[in-house]
Amino acid sequence: MSDSYDTPDQRNLLDQTAQGVIGQPLDRPEGALKACGQATYAAEHDLTNCAEGVLVGATIGCGRVVRIHRDEVLAMPGVLAIYADQAMLRRNAQGTAGEAPIQDVTTVDYYGQPVALVVAESFEQATAAAKALRVDYDVTTDADFDPAAVEYEPSEEADELGDLDRAMDEAAFSIDRTFTTEAHNSAAMEPHASIADWDGRKLTLYGSFQMLKYNVKELADSLGVAEKNVRILSPYIGGGFGSKLGISHDAVSAALAARELGRPVRVTLTRQQVFETITRRSETRQRLRLACDRQGRLTGIGHEAWVTNLPDEGFAEPVTQATKFLYAGQNRRLALSIGRVQLTTAGSVRAPGEAVGMQVLEAAMDEMAEAAGIDPIEFRKRNLPAELPGEGLPYSSRMLTEALDRGARSFGWDQRHQQPCQRREGEWWIGMGVASAARVNILSKAEARVTLRADGGVLVESDQTDLGTGSYAILGQIAAEMLGVPIDRTDVALGDSDLPAGAGSGGSWGATSTGSAVFRACEAIRATLAHKLSVDVDELRLKDGLANDRPVTELLDKDLVETGRIEPGKTMKDYSQASYGAFFCEAAVNAFTGETRIRRMTGAFGFGRVLNAKTARSQCLGGMVWGIGSALTEAMEFDHRTGRLMTHDLAEYHVPVHRDVPAIEVILLEERDTVASPLQAKGVGELGICGAAGAVANAIYNACGVRLHSFPMTPDKLVGRLPDPVGA
Amino acid sequence: MATTSATLDVNGEAREFQGDPRQTLLDFLRLDLKLTGTKKGCDHGQCGACTVMVNGRRINSCLSLAIMHDGDQITTIEGIGTPENLAAIQRAFVSHDGFQCGYCTPGQICSATAMLKELADGWPSAVTEAVADTPAPSDEELRERMSGNLCRCGAYSNIIAAIREVMQSEEGA
Ligand code: FES
Ligand code: FES
Repeated sequence: MSDSYDTPDQRNLLDQTAQGVIGQPLDRPEGALKACGQATYAAEHDLTNCAEGVLVGATIGCGRVVRIHRDEVLAMPGVLAIYADQAMLRRNAQGTAGEAPIQDVTTVDYYGQPVALVVAESFEQATAAAKALRVDYDVTTDADFDPAAVEYEPSEEADELGDLDRAMDEAAFSIDRTFTTEAHNSAAMEPHASIADWDGRKLTLYGSFQMLKYNVKELADSLGVAEKNVRILSPYIGGGFGSKLGISHDAVSAALAARELGRPVRVTLTRQQVFETITRRSETRQRLRLACDRQGRLTGIGHEAWVTNLPDEGFAEPVTQATKFLYAGQNRRLALSIGRVQLTTAGSVRAPGEAVGMQVLEAAMDEMAEAAGIDPIEFRKRNLPAELPGEGLPYSSRMLTEALDRGARSFGWDQRHQQPCQRREGEWWIGMGVASAARVNILSKAEARVTLRADGGVLVESDQTDLGTGSYAILGQIAAEMLGVPIDRTDVALGDSDLPAGAGSGGSWGATSTGSAVFRACEAIRATLAHKLSVDVDELRLKDGLANDRPVTELLDKDLVETGRIEPGKTMKDYSQASYGAFFCEAAVNAFTGETRIRRMTGAFGFGRVLNAKTARSQCLGGMVWGIGSALTEAMEFDHRTGRLMTHDLAEYHVPVHRDVPAIEVILLEERDTVASPLQAKGVGELGICGAAGAVANAIYNACGVRLHSFPMTPDKLVGRLPDPVGA
Repeated sequence: MATTSATLDVNGEAREFQGDPRQTLLDFLRLDLKLTGTKKGCDHGQCGACTVMVNGRRINSCLSLAIMHDGDQITTIEGIGTPENLAAIQRAFVSHDGFQCGYCTPGQICSATAMLKELADGWPSAVTEAVADTPAPSDEELRERMSGNLCRCGAYSNIIAAIREVMQSEEGA
């Protein structure tokens, strides 16, 4: 079989197998370890004689380091060394880079950028020394720190179809709105950390990464060593959300110091350093133009976005990604422009593109539906294209209508007042909003090894990571299902770069891609078992350790080991593939203060086969919580005079807390997508955020009658525009 | 370097602190005692990942120096249960998927354990209607009282469900 996935696998094998574990809401196999604090994260590996490194961040926004006053700090107790090496990372690596990012910390590209590493015997000594280190700079005085004050240029050719200007002129109804969103930080709860340990020329790095096969290359290239001499271990990752796609400052500086000192070195970023030095999601400005006819059929869509990054970075937040395929309209213009600023590197943060693109599109769709006098759910359903606009490709599968309908029923959409300001409870205006969810689906190259042991147990191995996404659970379930082995006899080993290269965790592709590799390895084992039984593989029935009613162990004189592989193929090109869903939100807006509280939320999602209903649901829940943050509180705010990030910790950058999050209902729709993967599964890791904040914005409008075009929708933006709280 | 010493009772065991007076209780647990179940998310009292119980009360161990705890009883996640012998709240976290990455989890569990006691003892919170009354154990009360424990994975509603299950089973018992 070719590795590439060229024709949809119509067999739906996982519906024929007998074990009955696929899709089940099983507990995570590593759950008890996590609940007991026994799962070992990057900084927690116990190495003898480990020295402690603390990074020193630049106190200027742009310029050069001219002098580091090493001597006074080297004299401090316990201090072992100070590094400001050419090889140290100036920026962290972008997702799937697979090569060294920009190095050399004698130049300062953004405020807080690491310029030195101080290593000492203890963490307290290193911290004190890092604080004391004086650095002289040559400051660049004309650097650009303000996205509103720089020039923008197209980052790619605009996607044009028909004549949007004319469609706007001729439309029965149209809107033309400009929205803004602020920069976001992944803010995973585990700060980036690395422990480096050299054995001769071989480096073992305990780190916190999403994509080991790329991270090995990035680290080897940064250090100038052979890839085969670099091993990365990331068995548990305390959240990633894009921020750990590529290697960052901790990994390279720890490795350099450990090599010099001849002993292990641990480097952990402080929380402030995570905010200041790890990729941000770019702030955006987005112009939405929508045009429709009297029947509420879209005739034109314009989505133009302006984003920023540092000079020489190839990444531009792909804001319009979902607008390309989501709604009809024969006159279209999608365009993305980029401006260059000296602020923290912009890169992938959970659902790059859709996270901020969808919330704005969905807020605009609400306005358009209102202008056309049509219920927003009906308006969306009326505008689903039969094929990908402009390209004529079919959709692989699309449960958007079902998600809108099922969600609406469960949420009680029929209770919504069409006009805003109709429902008041005490000080609070109450309103409801809806939004579609959409996120592109991607299959990525992956490899995994499956062993059916002579004792009847199963071992699944891959360098795939589990960020909390559920990889440990679902990869075991796929193998147990395919090989008819009880789940408690299935072991999964992940997060070791010496294991076969999985797809890595990012772009929502980990489960389907690495899962498909596991699936294929199991197919090879099934073929061997069928052969041993002298039956056709279609006649094979594997359940509870029995193969066609014979103990499978009787067929095995030794372990059966197979490596499965998958690569994206023609199915990726011949179809438009995405996961879909719908969000419903009930929000309360304080009539006096403009504070918004989310009262309840429902999400209904279709993403192909559900591999584990418990972990998939959690992914959706988590995404919706991110949507609440994006809608109401999250913003990286920079001082535009100096480039300094003012919201550089969790007291200033407000992620949702318990009290911000109500009971959230998640509905998982049954779907099989044979085009997406042989598992008939699509990605779910990011879907829950893609549009969620739009539902919040629409609920705010429905509550109090204020359309804000600026996320996050903080009280200060609302308070001056609210209706008279007493007169109403 | 000035060193100082203290004796702490950690999960029922006497442990000697001999070291840098600047060391936080959190770093003492993680680095010296190798009790890495207690997590560091911010080192600034802003995330709750480092929550432990000191003499039965929850605190952010990153905001407290080890040397301040001579004679104190410290309970960390390791003292609450083990994978072989899970406490009820740990079991509930597993079955309700009260986590994803698991990094905030020990803090959530230590915090919830102490929080339930505070609630039972009638301590009011910012959302308690009348401070003189026994607070009703509503979801709003639980959420308010757990708001010092951030979870970027967004497992909040599952965490509340897990806590609620423990409350109900304790009532039943
Ligand atoms: S590490 Fe103590 S509160 Fe965050
Ligand atoms: S489980 Fe990841 S931060 Fe809470």
